[in-house]
Amino acid sequence: MASVSMESVSKNFGTHKVIQDVNLAIKDGEFVVFVGPSGCGKSTLLRIVAGLISASSGTVRIGGDDVTDVPAAKRGVAFVFQSYALYPHMTVARNIGFALETMGIKRDAIARKVETVARMLKVDHLLQRRPRELSGGQRQRVAIGRALVRQPDIFLFDEPLSNLDADLRMEMRMEIARLHEDLRTTMIYVTHDQSEAMTLADRIVVLNHGRVEQIGTPSELYHRPDNRFVAGFIGSPRMNFLPVKAGADDRGEGVLGPGGLWLPRVANLAAPAEIGVRPEALRILPAGTGRFDCVLERVEDLGHEHFAYCRIAGGPIWVIRLAASPEQSLIGKAVALSFEDHSIFFFAADGERIAVPSDKTDARRAIR
Amino acid sequence: MSARLARRDHRAAWFFLLPVIAAMLVVAVWPLGRTFFFAFTDAYLDDPSVYTMVGLANFLEVFNDPSWWLAVRNTLVFTVISVSIETVLGLAIALLINDAIPGRGLARAAILVPWAIPVVVATKIWEWMLNDQFGVINKVLIELGLIDHGVAWTASGSLIMGVVIFIDVWMTTPFMVLLILAGLQMLSHEIFEAAAVDGIPAWKRFWSITLPMLRPAIGVAVLFRSLDALRMFDLSYVLAGSNEKVMTVSIYARDRLISFQELGVGSAASTWVFLLVALVAIILIGALRLDKAAGH
Repeated sequence: MASVSMESVSKNFGTHKVIQDVNLAIKDGEFVVFVGPSGCGKSTLLRIVAGLISASSGTVRIGGDDVTDVPAAKRGVAFVFQSYALYPHMTVARNIGFALETMGIKRDAIARKVETVARMLKVDHLLQRRPRELSGGQRQRVAIGRALVRQPDIFLFDEPLSNLDADLRMEMRMEIARLHEDLRTTMIYVTHDQSEAMTLADRIVVLNHGRVEQIGTPSELYHRPDNRFVAGFIGSPRMNFLPVKAGADDRGEGVLGPGGLWLPRVANLAAPAEIGVRPEALRILPAGTGRFDCVLERVEDLGHEHFAYCRIAGGPIWVIRLAASPEQSLIGKAVALSFEDHSIFFFAADGERIAVPSDKTDARRAIR
Repeated sequence: MSARLARRDHRAAWFFLLPVIAAMLVVAVWPLGRTFFFAFTDAYLDDPSVYTMVGLANFLEVFNDPSWWLAVRNTLVFTVISVSIETVLGLAIALLINDAIPGRGLARAAILVPWAIPVVVATKIWEWMLNDQFGVINKVLIELGLIDHGVAWTASGSLIMGVVIFIDVWMTTPFMVLLILAGLQMLSHEIFEAAAVDGIPAWKRFWSITLPMLRPAIGVAVLFRSLDALRMFDLSYVLAGSNEKVMTVSIYARDRLISFQELGVGSAASTWVFLLVALVAIILIGALRLDKAAGH
């Protein structure tokens, strides 16, 4: 077991800056997820923790010790790869026990350890098979077994579920969560799937273009995103955005937007360039009775929920998440959207979120 | 698919295969069939239309000829030694230029040069460099004080096989490098990252991971090179004519057929060469388990 910390870590490949000045501290036993779009540097950052890639500058500490120049083998980490990276010519048993062979452990002791781990991961009936004879889910279990058998201080997962189909992904997600519950070992998990991050993580590190956008609990990221990127990345369907500007009309001084949107301007705060509202905070009302009008273009019925798509004149399409389907006769017609004041997120021109007083209640809710 | 559709697909397939079948008939089946046929006759090359059937006599004549067995021995010695050296060197060089060393692109291109030179040209170049009086090799060795008079590399009977093997290694190691390098680049990078994290030492990584996973690539390379080496003709012939010390089975067959004009015996010798190559191919494919190695 060990903590991990990074102090102003950067990585360049030639002139290309992959990681830029990352600072983060991961507590012993914590489950941390690195999330971000592809190419954001999350896998590179994980490989820097593992020692597979060296940092161009900065310090990496594991358990308080500076390991920046320590090779991967001596860092006490285990790595689970997206491609599983099993040795194709070895049996499952040898795949799991291979690392122990060079550690001077007796053959029968290795066999016992392999057996224990295999039973834990429910692959004990496959020990004599070769990787190509296994399904994707079984392969990933073997790969996790290979990591587990070494009893590492830190588990590193690089998109371990991306090659699995949806059902299996759900099952393996539960399995990994259970593993963390049982072992209480520090785990760092990389994914591009925000829902995987939300369900697994104690804390999430959101990365974009090699920079940390925000670090926080799933609830903090959802309710109090630091900026437009995090707001848009966390949550599914993603948050709706609308460009706005400060101005005045017959309703007085305020924030104006397309479709006749008028919001009271919060005193003492910078003028927002954009607002965001999550799909689940929106309601459909008859035209002219809501915040602004738009045309209902399409409704998707998912059974337990419905997604409605509304085109705002001179603006983008907004998604509305509804429990019940709106009336079919409304499709193609103008409707109004309504939402509560506290569900509006304000963003400045540089993408930073403008905190408003109602945040405090959100914060309290998040902590509870 | 309905029966009629299937029949139409079938006809289309035969239609597309027709040109290939015709070409194979003309360039492979016909000449090979002729060779096989003449092997059972006493025909001479000046007038192949005059012959009588002699059964297996030609095959027995070749089989009982000490020169033939000398040629077989030379061919096998040449094949085993040159292919072994080329495999080890090829593997070493491939591993070296697979890593991201500076100038890797240039090294990869440069390494192909010996292979791109025609065999006859390369052999002639080496023959001159190895010349006992005017050769640059002897000059360098004398100036370095390693020898005091020029060595007759290609004239001395004990050295010439070594020279043939050396030139072959020089010429065809690039081919080995290329095939093994292609195999190396197919290997998943993540497997080696996994081994690095697991603390597998370099030598064990090589023996237990790289080598077993490269086996199919090395196997194919060894098979190609061995079959090529078994029917080697040009290198020995250009360097030493019909010198018995480096006479290969191909040269033996050519001598019987062209020099001695014995179409029947020459054809029988060619058939023996074919059988020898086929036998080695079968043994190699079995030994290297190439038929099973394809799947990961």
